[in-house]
Amino acid sequence: MSRLAAHPFSPSAGRRLDDDAELAGRLMSPALPPDSAGQLPTSESALPASAPPASPALDFSRVSVRFKDGTQALEQLSLSVAVGEFVSLVGPSGCGKSTLLRLAAGFQTASGGAVSTQQDALGYVFQDATLLPWRSVLHNVELPGELRGMAPGERRRRAREAIRRVGLAGFERHRPAQLSGGMRMRVSIARALTMQPKVFLFDEPFGALDEITRERLNEELLAIFVAEPYAGLFVTHSVPESVFLSTRVVVMSARPGRILADIAIPFPYPRPPELRYSTDFAKLAGRVSAALREVTS
Amino acid sequence: MSAGAAAANAPAAGTAAPRKPRSVGRILAPFLVLVGVLVLWTLASRLLLDPDRRFLLPPPDEVLRKGVLEGANLAEVLDALWSTTRVALVGLAIAMVLGVALAIVMSQARWVEYSVYPYAIVLQTIPILAVVPLLGFWFGFDFQSRVIVCVLVSLFPMITNTLYGLKSVDVGHHDLFTLFGANRLQRLVRLQLPAALPAMITGFKISSGLAVIGAIVADFFFRQGDPGIGRLIDVYRQRLATEQLMTALVLSSLVGLALFFVFDLWGTYVDDRRLGKATR
Repeated sequence: MSRLAAHPFSPSAGRRLDDDAELAGRLMSPALPPDSAGQLPTSESALPASAPPASPALDFSRVSVRFKDGTQALEQLSLSVAVGEFVSLVGPSGCGKSTLLRLAAGFQTASGGAVSTQQDALGYVFQDATLLPWRSVLHNVELPGELRGMAPGERRRRAREAIRRVGLAGFERHRPAQLSGGMRMRVSIARALTMQPKVFLFDEPFGALDEITRERLNEELLAIFVAEPYAGLFVTHSVPESVFLSTRVVVMSARPGRILADIAIPFPYPRPPELRYSTDFAKLAGRVSAALREVTS
Repeated sequence: MSAGAAAANAPAAGTAAPRKPRSVGRILAPFLVLVGVLVLWTLASRLLLDPDRRFLLPPPDEVLRKGVLEGANLAEVLDALWSTTRVALVGLAIAMVLGVALAIVMSQARWVEYSVYPYAIVLQTIPILAVVPLLGFWFGFDFQSRVIVCVLVSLFPMITNTLYGLKSVDVGHHDLFTLFGANRLQRLVRLQLPAALPAMITGFKISSGLAVIGAIVADFFFRQGDPGIGRLIDVYRQRLATEQLMTALVLSSLVGLALFFVFDLWGTYVDDRRLGKATR
């Protein structure tokens, strides 16, 4: 893990974990009052100390989605993610978190508002690894380049490099069925990496994995984020996961999905695994949990 | 991000395979059933039937002696069988190509599926025996008509199985191809067809048996060209040559069985490859 270093793009680069006064200040802001869930501002502004975000690579502007059956999945939701930001979305099941990702990927269109992103440099990691069972690891990772018409030499080079980066060198010729769940997810991440994504969408990718594997993959994901920052949008049901990974945790309301809280996570990168057991981490996780409880109660 | 870490949660090689190796029981059990049937058959023939009525059910050893071990009789059956097998193989090949092609077209446009599929079902429901004479009027009583009967009989399972395979591709995989901007052809060739291959092979397995039956039925009716096993069976019926009749019966089912096993082996190979058990 020695090649991990804080990246200049990272908004919290240079800020120290022991910057107690600042963190304490944030932690003291009261939990959401139970009766005001509807009137909360859509976003708590980022810390004054944080670097001004670059122009957003991913931008949702007053996006609404109404399904054919009349369900309002999202209502007037605005959210921007800049390169170097890693935003986690948490919220009750069915609140439209995944819908937001599907909009960004172009699988679905909004009934109102605008979504802007870089379609050609978009990484998407699905809930399942979605590997083609008849293809080897190498050929699965080559698929994006193949479909986008990349030259065979170039796409093979990129695929091998991406496989190495997720720690699967030596498994190129294995079939997905021969790999564990965690390894399949790594292949899935490697496949996304070959497109050199500027925007990286994660639809609850580690939900089906055991705790240890999940934590390890979280750390590996951060290593990639630090080495080559992107605009990350990560859907999860796990509060510790969201706090550990993110620069911001966004809490969404039950359907129709709106943003109820936008909590900045000021820990600098790289984040050591032990961070999870620090008091500050626990306090932030507590805040996210409290906001989440407001929504689901 | 070390390879060692990845290797740590790699499953032991081969644990992903639920398929059991073929045990002695897999071979012994059907063999015992065969022996049991032969014993009952022999007893029924030798104990229940008067010698002068034994031609209704000659015992197995008689069938073997007259039908198989008498060279001239066997040659006659094998000759006819070869002619029938040729018809069946050509018919099956056409049904495979046509069935897969029709299924592909149906999978690409819903209106094609809606307009063609009902008639594919009709294929399955028309009484083939009533159609056979018509085909004779139209296409003659030769090889060509026999092949057409084969195709008619074996087409439906090809269409339904392939179509089912093409349409039951994982939604996540479709999203993946959308994400990478795949066009229709790429989606078909790199996703739908490989995903449908196991279902297609199941279709081949069902159709292979039907093609042999189709060839025999057609031969029963169309009496021009090389005589096939259908015609020979009819001759044996008139001569009350039950031993040869049974030989013809057993050998023609063996042809269907052999075709079935070829496709079964192919299916197993495809599965094994996907589980990473086959070498290349």
